[in-house]
Amino acid sequence: MLTDTILFYIFAAMVLSGGILTITRRNAIHSAISLIVSLLGVAGLYLLQQAEFLFAVQIVLYVGGIMVLFLFVIMLVNLDLAAKERQFNRQWLVALAAVAVVGAEVSYFIYRGAGSIHIADVPVPGMPAGLGNTEMVADSLFGEYLLPFEIASILLLVAVVGSVVMAKKRI
Amino acid sequence: MITTVHYLALSAALLLIGTVGVLTRRNIVIILMSIELILNAVNINLIAFSHVWGNPRGQVFAIFVIVDAVAEAAVGLGILIALFRNKETVLADEIDLLKW
Repeated sequence: MLTDTILFYIFAAMVLSGGILTITRRNAIHSAISLIVSLLGVAGLYLLQQAEFLFAVQIVLYVGGIMVLFLFVIMLVNLDLAAKERQFNRQWLVALAAVAVVGAEVSYFIYRGAGSIHIADVPVPGMPAGLGNTEMVADSLFGEYLLPFEIASILLLVAVVGSVVMAKKRI
Repeated sequence: MITTVHYLALSAALLLIGTVGVLTRRNIVIILMSIELILNAVNINLIAFSHVWGNPRGQVFAIFVIVDAVAEAAVGLGILIALFRNKETVLADEIDLLKW
């Protein structure tokens, strides 16, 4: 239990500090590396909650796939000029005020709703014994959610074709 | 003792950080990264509730969110490359062709 608590705080610190560095750095590459730290923290949180399959997916797909895509685009697009300019737009004060209002709202909801979430904190019995996490996810994904799964594959196909069309010089 | 409320608070904090990034930064690449932060905050919530209820559906939905994040990043970065080729800028407030 104590190890879990310590690990939670380590991963939470990784997630939050990585996130804050991501949105404050001037250099886009530094931002991308901070984002990787944040995503690794999220992966650790998945592992703490026994979602082993998503832990692997997070590292392979996010850190290995999406972040490499980001780094490639950062190298393709010349960001040196952008790094010399103003980093925040003129409406930043309004934006911060709006986010503060949303933050107050969300923390009020969490504060009021904490009791009702707390009741369910004991693990619910009825989890099929002997099934691994990946098997349970696969059972659900390929049984109950087969149609959304196929639609998601079509979405990915459309995204691949769309991004090629967008980045092509002459269509 | 770490409860679900801890995870919810962490997820809310990450969501707010991502929102600040989307609303205040000028660099489009960093705006796209902030969107990834927001989607990860959603995933932390889904996994936390999946763990509480002992039900894998939350994890399935997290997979769909990740698929969306991939599609969004690919198309967004493709648009960014097309934009940079035509306008030579990556600053969001300099792209104002539709503004009168």
